Amino acid sequence: MSLDQLFVTAHDKLVHLAEAWLPDWTGPWASIAARIGLVAAVAPAIMMYLTLYERKVIARMQNRLGPTRVGRYGLLQPLADGLKMFIKEDLVPEGADRLIHLLGPILAVVPALLLFAVIPFGRNMAAVDLNVGLLYALAVASVGSYAIFMGGWASRSKFSILGAMRSVAQIISYEVPGVLSVVAVIMVTGTLSLVGIVEAQRDGWFIATPWGLVAGVIFFLSGVAEVNRTPFDMPEAESELVGGFHTEYSGMKFALWYMAEFLESFIVCALTVTLFFGGWDGPAVPFWTVAALLALLVATATRLAVPTRAVGALVCLGAGIAFAREPLPSWMWFLAKTYFFFFILVWFRGTFPRLRVDQLMGLAWKFFLPMTLLNILVAGVWVAAPSGVARWLGSATLVAAGYWCFVRLNKPAPLERRTYVLAD
Amino acid sequence: MALVGRGVLAGLGVTLTTFFETYPWGRAVLRLMGRQHTNGVVTIEYPDVKQQHAERFRYFPFLVYDKEPDNLRCVACKICEVECPPQCIHIVGPAKDEQGRPLKPKGRPYPVEFDIDVSICMSCRICVDVCPFDAIEMDNNYELSDTDRFGHLVYNKEQLLRPNEYFQQIKPTEASVVDQRLAAKHAKAAAVPPAAGAPPPAPPGPAA
Repeated sequence: MSLDQLFVTAHDKLVHLAEAWLPDWTGPWASIAARIGLVAAVAPAIMMYLTLYERKVIARMQNRLGPTRVGRYGLLQPLADGLKMFIKEDLVPEGADRLIHLLGPILAVVPALLLFAVIPFGRNMAAVDLNVGLLYALAVASVGSYAIFMGGWASRSKFSILGAMRSVAQIISYEVPGVLSVVAVIMVTGTLSLVGIVEAQRDGWFIATPWGLVAGVIFFLSGVAEVNRTPFDMPEAESELVGGFHTEYSGMKFALWYMAEFLESFIVCALTVTLFFGGWDGPAVPFWTVAALLALLVATATRLAVPTRAVGALVCLGAGIAFAREPLPSWMWFLAKTYFFFFILVWFRGTFPRLRVDQLMGLAWKFFLPMTLLNILVAGVWVAAPSGVARWLGSATLVAAGYWCFVRLNKPAPLERRTYVLAD
Repeated sequence: MALVGRGVLAGLGVTLTTFFETYPWGRAVLRLMGRQHTNGVVTIEYPDVKQQHAERFRYFPFLVYDKEPDNLRCVACKICEVECPPQCIHIVGPAKDEQGRPLKPKGRPYPVEFDIDVSICMSCRICVDVCPFDAIEMDNNYELSDTDRFGHLVYNKEQLLRPNEYFQQIKPTEASVVDQRLAAKHAKAAAVPPAAGAPPPAPPGPAA
């Protein structure tokens, strides 16, 4: 059994089991149930630990330690938070539209979960390899803005409606450059299947091409804006709007909003990795090096009890020895890259102050949009021209020239020197 | 052409450096790169690690006694009770016999009750400043939380009593000044011949 195909093998075994013991028609249903079950189980777990990951990283960037009290290294903090959310009172404001108020967070989480279906987490590890996977992802992701507006509208609160209106303006604005940047990828690969796009990057990740660099950066930044994360968190700007669209939510509904936000952030990172950073593809690092590193990490984790450290290190070492001849499995590559991009999201949050609304819109409409339109031209040149250094240099020049032009055009006019009549 | 977004990248660099500073290996890397760095995390994980506070740190008053708990310096003059801004001190006394004369078992009156409310005290040290007998001093123990809101937060005389040795231990500098002052006072009192009646019983000198 190879480590790379661990989950695929397990899935196949399950289906065989179902076919052997149950009527034949249960086979496909078992397969579907396994895929759905895995997504439904893994996605909340990912979300819970993303919150811890974010809190830990942002704490380090602020010279703090982050959660440490619940479990060793705060590892049980997400469970404590979840428990707290469960037992909190579920408040609905007076005069709110109760049904839509309830539907808002649900409609926010469902698309985020649906998106997990098409993400290729590893070789042969997309739950569904849709031939229109990318289109599906973009379409489903855009449903989130309805949810936010429903939540904000149904709350019958000024802060909520302001947050929701900002959110709609922002998401619609950033969806345009986000989608247009993806067009370049579609043009070059000629496929909408995410698996196909990953396979097209076997010879080189798209981020290493001029058009890929532009599209990748713009796609990632638009994604950050679409999931309302700092520095584009206008819809929930807590210093201005209390909580924005989720001001009037409490308990599990609030937790669902959070879950939607974190899952969508994860999806943005995963899509960036899939489209531009080679997806599950990675250099053939031997698995045992990573296992040894993990063992070292666990063994030197001073806050864990010594037996735990010993057992953990031995398990890691054992796995390293058992799969010594294998390269790092594809799903590990994918998750490592995705978590690295989530680190960048947190890094942004730790660094940047929130943008002003006009700056936010200006960035999307006056810089990202023309840049992506130019990028489509560059991708066209890339497809049409024969491969070689000339093609690379030519498109790089085009990109650089466009960048220079748009930066110059966006330069704010110098303010006139003001004269104050009464001051003279 | 200056690169647009250079400030953005510089800002990212600052936060990343801070991130690395909080790890020992990160500091080692920064040292290897010849970069200045701070010592990282400033958090003190309180119940496990306690902050080192200065000697002059004060939190809540206590009553000083010399040698034995009966021999407290307080004479129930009630100056501190009057001066206390939030009025957290409550004194009953001085203790009197049936004829209404103050009891002086150790040569001076003593309070019947002396209560200080932890939840009201604002740690201002005015009681210490106004006390003519150096009978009340500030403790640096700040872990006075309690599960009983009404009963346990009012400290009575027995709970407030601390020996002078304790004062010398927690605040050596201040205690030595107080001890010298008291010793000088006692020397002066001993030098002046008693005006009338019985000589004042020799007050037990401070342990200094």
